[in-house]
Amino acid sequence: MGQDPDATQRITAAAPATGSRLDAYVDRYATRTHGMTASEVRSLFAVASRPEVVSLAGGMPNISGLPLDIVGSLLSDLVSTRGQTALQYGSGQGDPGLREQICEVMQATGVRGHPDDVTVTVGSQQALDLVTRIFIDPGDVILAEAPSYVGALSTFRSYQADVVHVEMDDDGLVPERLREAITTVTASERRIKFLYTIPSFHNPAGVTLTPERRAEVLQICRDADVLIIEDDPYGLLGFDGAVPRAIRADGDDGVVYLGSFSKTFAPGFRVGWTLAPHAVREKLVLAAESSVLCPPAFSQLAVSQYLSAFDWRGQVKAFRELYRERRDAMLDALDDLMPDGTYWTRPNGGFYVWLTLPDGLDAKAMLPRAVTNRVAYVPGTAFYSDGFGSRSMRLSYCYPTPERIREGVRRLAQVVEQEMELRAAFGASSSSRRPGLDAPAPDQH
Amino acid sequence: MSDLGHVLVLAGGLSHERDVSLRSGRRVAEALREIGVDVTQRDADADLLATLAADPPDVVFPLLHGTQGEDGAIQEVLTLAGIPYVGSPPGACRQTFDKPVAKALVEKAGLATPPSAVLSQSTFRELGAAALLDAIVTKLGLPLVVKPARGGSSLGTSVVTDVAVLPSAMVECFAYGEAALIEHMIEGVEIAVSVVDTGDGPVALPPVEIVAESGTYDYHARYTAGATEYFVPARLSTDVAAMVAQAAVTSHRVLGLRDLSRTDMIVDGTGRPWLLDVNVAPGMTETSLLPQAVQAAGIGLGELARDLLVAATRRPGP
Repeated sequence: MGQDPDATQRITAAAPATGSRLDAYVDRYATRTHGMTASEVRSLFAVASRPEVVSLAGGMPNISGLPLDIVGSLLSDLVSTRGQTALQYGSGQGDPGLREQICEVMQATGVRGHPDDVTVTVGSQQALDLVTRIFIDPGDVILAEAPSYVGALSTFRSYQADVVHVEMDDDGLVPERLREAITTVTASERRIKFLYTIPSFHNPAGVTLTPERRAEVLQICRDADVLIIEDDPYGLLGFDGAVPRAIRADGDDGVVYLGSFSKTFAPGFRVGWTLAPHAVREKLVLAAESSVLCPPAFSQLAVSQYLSAFDWRGQVKAFRELYRERRDAMLDALDDLMPDGTYWTRPNGGFYVWLTLPDGLDAKAMLPRAVTNRVAYVPGTAFYSDGFGSRSMRLSYCYPTPERIREGVRRLAQVVEQEMELRAAFGASSSSRRPGLDAPAPDQH
Repeated sequence: MSDLGHVLVLAGGLSHERDVSLRSGRRVAEALREIGVDVTQRDADADLLATLAADPPDVVFPLLHGTQGEDGAIQEVLTLAGIPYVGSPPGACRQTFDKPVAKALVEKAGLATPPSAVLSQSTFRELGAAALLDAIVTKLGLPLVVKPARGGSSLGTSVVTDVAVLPSAMVECFAYGEAALIEHMIEGVEIAVSVVDTGDGPVALPPVEIVAESGTYDYHARYTAGATEYFVPARLSTDVAAMVAQAAVTSHRVLGLRDLSRTDMIVDGTGRPWLLDVNVAPGMTETSLLPQAVQAAGIGLGELARDLLVAATRRPGP
């Protein structure tokens, strides 16, 4: 409601009390925290985590297939045989043994790295934070796909970067648009610090950059002297078994590669990594030490033990099967149930389908109706830093069972139909251009 | 164990305000524990009835907001189960939660509420929107406030100053419920008055004046510490302060409410209070209004909650 200052004067008592903001530190926060506020959309995800709701919102890996008895005995062995190391501080760069194993894991994507150039991080989210911290001054430009990973955008925002989105299509980032974006930004005398890209089984778009385009993107960035940050958490989770060749495999010093064990093993250990050119790696290690001293030794050794004592490749294959079954359930249900005018991507790996609603609909404004109908998704605006994406949503199929996925899509289709009817009555077009990184918390499935 | 026996705080539920409810529940449960009351907190889920039957609490403090918490449903369930609880009887909740019904009742008691219209989604679908919206704007005049007829925490609420955005405000509102309440927006000072009754009749607590930094007391302004400045007691003259207190107590009485409520008002430039909304389950979060009023009155939140629980156990029947 608006306040009328005159009204206040006429009716106020003589000695106005000092007001309270309920936060004694309100005037002291750094500028970068200004976007960290309560949001309606985030509050709706609290409902989505109830079992009555089919949540197609969160991105929690489905670890139901992990053999917990085996993991348990690995951990028990770890404490009894290497407890003195596992429960102690470790190197800021990460355990040397694990770094060697990470290089073996990366070979599946064609990347040949040296353990000295690997820095172990607390999930690849910390890698994103470190990379942004060492490269970005406020106002620097980061190029990112449109849409892009919400967790990265959140990090970029906290370092006050200016994100410029670059269009994608079903084959991933469009090289021509990348060229144009570089030209436009450069012409405006702003500095592009890097291109952030998720080339394989994109979050949230579900698409994969073709090999031809990988080469082209690499060449464009080389020509323009733009560093590439390649985020590759899903690369091993391709449903046809083929692992896309990483950009870093052909990019060497022009690419910083980010990897993670969250999707191929378990997110609870919070182990990810960067592979970076030597000079960058040195800065990353110093930045990591100032932030967490060292990545958790226990987690690193647990992952290391898992990689050496367990058929982790077999487990990744099992995960692929599990996710493929769910992807099939979602695409089949969407094909069967969604009203005309709705379209979506057809992922060959990873966790997500990107769905675009009929013209005039607004996924963010529709979310309360969906929650009332006991289904949830993440509105598309969460994946843009500029308020775009209101017609789209991210649907994740990683966590619910195939039956629940079908039921969720059925409910969603009803919601879309109701919303279409209503929008038709009002002739109201898509309205919200409000930027907001409204996504579920990491523990919300 | 306190002499209250087994106290159950109910929070969560499936309404759009689940998150707020969980925070309210946590705060009240903690305040009670601090003064030695034995409390358990649980969600209102599919196992609730079985739990109430298997291990009936001696008294319940429902802190469910929105549908099921404030529309009389949980109160009906507790009444059927024969368990005493803090708060209003089911019928009173039902008529208060429905804003248009509550408006009509308080108007009958002589209180002013903003001129308004109530329309459902199906009416717009069946009759078409353009002519109806024109009629609304002509009758009520801009600016307008569009809000769900049932619901809280400003969810689905928009201030409309430009007629071009009215259709999208309506669509956003209808995402939260079947009916919309469209009111002429009264300019003035935003005031909330909490009313409590621990057995000696309803008493108004000091009024809280709300000054949202953005100018709009929306969800963000309500639940982001620092985004709103509160003056407690409100910067009102003695006469106006007495009027808003009286308006809140009158609302509490005419709606048949019990134990606690919160009445939200706008005081216009002439000092006249316009009633906006009455809440049967006021928020109890760190940034909520009732706890601020309680503190200004020199009462502890835990003590107040305990007194309300004691009063609930003493009255005949649930």
